[in-house]
Amino acid sequence: MIDIQQISKKYKGADNFSVSNFNLTIADQEIFGLLGPNGAGKTTIISILCSLIKPTSGSFSIAGLTYQKNKNELKQLIGIVPQEYALYPTLTAFENLKYFGSMYGLNGKSLDTKINTALEHLGLLAFSHKKIDTFSGGMKRRINLIASVLHNPNVLFLDEPTVGVDIQSKNVIIEYLNDLNQNGTTIIYTSHHLNEAENFCSRVAIIDHGKLVVEGKPQELIEQHLGAHNLEDVFINITGKALRDHA
Amino acid sequence: MHKLWASTYKEFLLLTRDVGGIAILFVMPLVLIVTITLIQDSTFKTITDSQIPILVVDKDQGDVSKIILEGLKESGTFEVITKTDEIAARDLVFKGKYQLAIIIPENLTSSLEQKVNQNVDGIIAKFGLEETEDPLVKPEVLGKEVTLYFDPATQLTFKSAVKNGIDKMISKIETQSIYKAFQAQISDDPSEIIFETDTFITFKEVLPTDNDKEMIPNSVQHNVPAWTLFAIFFIIVPLSINIVKEKSQGTFVRLRTNPVSYATVLGGKTLVYLVVCLIQFVLMLSIGVFLFPAIGLPTLDVSGRMPLLFVVATFAGLAAIGLGLLLGTIAKTQEQSAPFGATFVVILAALGGVWVPVFVMPKVMQALSHISPMNWGLNAFYDVFLRNGSFTDILPEISLLFAFFITTTLIAIIYNEKKNAV
Repeated sequence: MIDIQQISKKYKGADNFSVSNFNLTIADQEIFGLLGPNGAGKTTIISILCSLIKPTSGSFSIAGLTYQKNKNELKQLIGIVPQEYALYPTLTAFENLKYFGSMYGLNGKSLDTKINTALEHLGLLAFSHKKIDTFSGGMKRRINLIASVLHNPNVLFLDEPTVGVDIQSKNVIIEYLNDLNQNGTTIIYTSHHLNEAENFCSRVAIIDHGKLVVEGKPQELIEQHLGAHNLEDVFINITGKALRDHA
Repeated sequence: MHKLWASTYKEFLLLTRDVGGIAILFVMPLVLIVTITLIQDSTFKTITDSQIPILVVDKDQGDVSKIILEGLKESGTFEVITKTDEIAARDLVFKGKYQLAIIIPENLTSSLEQKVNQNVDGIIAKFGLEETEDPLVKPEVLGKEVTLYFDPATQLTFKSAVKNGIDKMISKIETQSIYKAFQAQISDDPSEIIFETDTFITFKEVLPTDNDKEMIPNSVQHNVPAWTLFAIFFIIVPLSINIVKEKSQGTFVRLRTNPVSYATVLGGKTLVYLVVCLIQFVLMLSIGVFLFPAIGLPTLDVSGRMPLLFVVATFAGLAAIGLGLLLGTIAKTQEQSAPFGATFVVILAALGGVWVPVFVMPKVMQALSHISPMNWGLNAFYDVFLRNGSFTDILPEISLLFAFFITTTLIAIIYNEKKNAV
């Protein structure tokens, strides 16, 4: 489904590569977790795969398509849930979703039905005509998610989709993502919540300093690392305990 | 097409949700046009209700100073306050208490009479009409100076107008004195009219006509198009902020991953903001037509011109929107786009002739004014409002405005593509 070949990225003015010679293959219908400390390169990889930034070198394809040749088909095929709330604060939840759905060519009653179904699924139907700027962080995260999946994407990229939300909102989001996955959507997500990733992902990759350090099923990785009881132990083993502050 | 409509509707919603923003967008230009017209109307009128107080120190106390004082009073522009001390008058003016002090020198009347009589005697003698005194004993009459003190803060245009007015008044007094001297020399009967002292050369202003009716320009005919254009171009500030906001709040990131072109996104903004421009335009015209006469200002005459005025407003609006799209695309923060946009509009207005007519500008600025879209718009408006122009007359200007819109929008799209190329 996703084939990444030797991707590197160095930002203008940066001393080091944010991503360096990164190779990865993700199969259809996987729930793949990109894990790593702050500044490891997770968001950069997601941004490259979503055509938001250009890699310095290397190539990748999604379902055999590339942005250079099949830009619009590829955009129709993917969905992205950005880390920030990419919503219009003064529009209602319904108006936001209607607009972003329209951008995928959806319209009319079928779009309205899709919006209402998703809102209901994520417990927001009662708030559909409230403005986004009156929503809590958890509610905004859920609307942010719906805005990215109305067109039934084959691949869904999520950048920290559960950051800053309460446990209830997190459970609803994870449950919804599992449903999407069971209906055929491949999910690639980044997170700092390692317990969540351990339970949610079918496979994970731990990256550090822009390089792929290890990949595999969470349970396999735990077993491979002596003394590790969970994915967090594996993560600390690999990335160390030093702070990763950077400017 | 559906995506364009959805983008347009979204822009409409975003705009209408910001009630304060809309109020500013529509009310402030109206406040601007009323204020400017009220201020400028007084300078357009020859007789004003509010007279400028000036000081006069009359050291002459003769016929000439009396004529000067009467002339100043009759002009209706000045409220003449007489003073006796030149130094005190000068100090008051230099401290900004008064705009002007006129000092009429001592013996102006007698010196002028003496000088004119000497000249007339000389001429009469040349013609052998009268015996003359020995030229060697003719006393020398020194020239007299009328001193003007201006407040240093006084604008140059006011200074020039006052100087020209006084100069004209003095020339007239001199001419009349000469006629009077000749009259006294030639005839013993003072009631006999030998010279016609009425002005022989007069001038006549011919104005464009519309259905044989003269189109007399007034402050409103000048101000409404100029300041309407200024307000229309100010749309670049909220429009560029709108685009920058999309980038900062993350919605632009989402749109970049959506299968929608940047041209479509900009298209939605263009349509909504064009409607805003046209509503602004209608409101400004309404002020000119309905409010101005009610507050004692001249009425804006739009009879028979509405279709052409809308054409000009549409193309001027497009040019302004193109600039706003480009600025919003290039700017990274609102701190960049808002001050730059506002200042740039003021520069374009200055270059375009909104404040100072282009013909009085230095040559370099005149050349530069031709590249200001506001100048094209203003000329098109003047063609319709003041020159009774037709569609053919405004075609060059509206073509330039449209070309400007296309060019700026294309640059914005290309810039965005290049910046976000993958």
